[in-house]
Amino acid sequence: MPNITKHRRFVATAVVVALGATTLAACGGSDDDSEAQSGPAKLTYWTWTPGMDKVVDLWNKGPGKEQQITVTVKKQASGDTLVTKILTAHKAGKGPDLVQAEYQALPTLVSNDAVADIADEAGDAKSKFADGVWQQTTLGSDAVYAIPQDIGPMMFYYRDDLFKKYDLTVPKTWDEFAETARKLKKEDADVDLTTFSANDSGLFAGLAQQAGAEWWTTEGQKWKVGIDDAATQKVADFWGGLVKEGAIDNQPMYTPAWNKALNTGKQIAWVSAVWAPGTLTTAAPDTQGKWKVAPLPQWSSSENTTGSWGGSSTAVTTDSKNKGAAAKFAAWLNTDPEALTALAKEGGIYPAATTAQTSDAFTEPPAFFSNQADFYTTASEIAKTTAPSAWGPNVNVAYTTFKDAFGAAAKDKSDFGAALKSMQDDTVADMKKQGFEVAE
Amino acid sequence: MTSARRKSYGVKGAPYAFLFPATILFALFFALPIGYAVWLSLHKVQVKGLGLGSGARQEVWAGVENYTDALTDSELLAGALRVLGYGAIVVPVMLGLALVFALMLDSDKVRLAPFTRLAIFLPYAVPGVVAALLWGFLYLPDVSPFYFVLERLGLPQPDLLDGGGLYAALSNIAIWGGTGFNMIVIYTSLQAIPAEVYEAAKLDGATPLQIALKIKIPMVAPSLVLTFFFSIIATLQVFSEPTTLKPLTNSVSTTWSPLMKVHRDAFGEGDIYSAAAGAVIIAVATLVLSFGFLRAANSRNKRYDSQGAAR
Repeated sequence: MPNITKHRRFVATAVVVALGATTLAACGGSDDDSEAQSGPAKLTYWTWTPGMDKVVDLWNKGPGKEQQITVTVKKQASGDTLVTKILTAHKAGKGPDLVQAEYQALPTLVSNDAVADIADEAGDAKSKFADGVWQQTTLGSDAVYAIPQDIGPMMFYYRDDLFKKYDLTVPKTWDEFAETARKLKKEDADVDLTTFSANDSGLFAGLAQQAGAEWWTTEGQKWKVGIDDAATQKVADFWGGLVKEGAIDNQPMYTPAWNKALNTGKQIAWVSAVWAPGTLTTAAPDTQGKWKVAPLPQWSSSENTTGSWGGSSTAVTTDSKNKGAAAKFAAWLNTDPEALTALAKEGGIYPAATTAQTSDAFTEPPAFFSNQADFYTTASEIAKTTAPSAWGPNVNVAYTTFKDAFGAAAKDKSDFGAALKSMQDDTVADMKKQGFEVAE
Repeated sequence: MTSARRKSYGVKGAPYAFLFPATILFALFFALPIGYAVWLSLHKVQVKGLGLGSGARQEVWAGVENYTDALTDSELLAGALRVLGYGAIVVPVMLGLALVFALMLDSDKVRLAPFTRLAIFLPYAVPGVVAALLWGFLYLPDVSPFYFVLERLGLPQPDLLDGGGLYAALSNIAIWGGTGFNMIVIYTSLQAIPAEVYEAAKLDGATPLQIALKIKIPMVAPSLVLTFFFSIIATLQVFSEPTTLKPLTNSVSTTWSPLMKVHRDAFGEGDIYSAAAGAVIIAVATLVLSFGFLRAANSRNKRYDSQGAAR
């Protein structure tokens, strides 16, 4: 007996020691961090924003020089490709200090423990952003996983000259949108109002958001997946109906054929986001000055909301040895007026920081919209109406299933509701497979 | 005594010493990555609760779960069937053309042979992605000069990026790119046939067609087997052509071919474990099919040889 007691005590002591060691190790870790912050820091930053190196130069020659924090830009491919790259680098323990991440990728990155909580270092950054934007970087918790950089409020783009030619009015509701598409088909069977494209899931996600969809929510310690909810069904049925009756085209966008259709007036409108001028400049160069922008059509005339398509943030990785320094840079990059002006000019981004949206950089319309002097005033008004978004830890899976299921449905002009259901089922199945708790 | 022992030791060890560098390289760059892929395919990620924050995600043993998932996934099977359909067009047409071109180039009457040889071979030098892009633009009705001509002539305009047309379109890219290479392989072995054989045949009064059918083709059979073998492997691993055409059409899904599914699992959905399992399955299927074919071809050759010897 005494032997057993002794043995137990030994085990207990061992456990306590082990726990103590972990705690000490944890303390040691954070000590290292704060120590590193005071000395000179060299940070690497993975981003796809064009011209970012010039913006970072401002930091390296200004506030960065004072605080001895030097940032180096490593240009990357955008979107999903970068997420994979970040996760792979993180697995190898060789991640950069800072990464650009789209909002919908943040839960995936957080779930893989790739980005760090910078709530303590983020300071008063929160006050610079709209609540709906900021909430995407906290995932509804007290943590702060990134500083918002740019947003992509959705807007309706149309060929002003051709709308006049075909005697169309700018649709204010989706019903009017459908009527406009049908009327145009009657006027000229070769011309489409727009296309339903299944090759960019962000567009559909934004449209669902506008209708009030919340694809991922949490209930206690469980995820709830609402991809197949009533709001999204409404959106899917609407577009599926238009494709089925042939009122709009069903070919993917960003193809040479799509560019040509926009450039020659075979497609005369595009449901897009604030960054559309950049895309139109390259896709339809001959139509400069012929487009106009309007708010997105609404589900009922009393509503005034929009979704977002795209937009990204700056996150600090868990691999960074200088998290404090990295967080300081991220905050500067996305809240400092000088940095934001440079980002807008060099990178062509539409800033998430609300004050920057009406700054000097945005008094003139983009060159492609020289005919619409109030382009950015309209944009900032629309941005205020952005519906909140709810992302989950496997947006990538939902997005790839969207491309396949909706691509096939658009091609066959079949039921979009069934495609939506397979998107929901695949997403839930993947979460369960990974072991997430999913509420039915 | 000592010197003798050293000597015998040296002789025994010599082969191993010579093998050592190759073994190390084989282990490091072949066995180890394969082993790691197999190891990955037997694991999966397990998260707790919401899966947020550190330590919520860990790698656990999955057994054969990834394999059963992959094998019961209808998309993998559908992809395999699509690839078989594609291969049923590509392999016979490509090898048939290659053989015909090789025989024609080998004939005495051909003019400008070096130029023609180069012209047929040249597409092989064009990278697969570039070839797919090039053809993809030609397949798109709104930008293709072919469709422009067809429209002007009032001829029907087939949709090459959908349904059966898609198979023809994809096969065309592979045939365009691969015929030249296979032709060179067959042509080289035709050149190796000694002139006496032809002389004897001519003296016996064989026509050029008879020479081609009864002498040349049987004598280049080993090259035909080899090119067939390569073509099967290339077909099973088709990836870059459909991937390059994918953004142009809704008809090519992210899981069109089995290899594309592996790519989607790894880089679209971030699930390297399922991707590893898929890769292992494709590798095994490729091995079984290609070596099965080689064995069948070899045993047929042996039977042929022994029959010849008996005669």
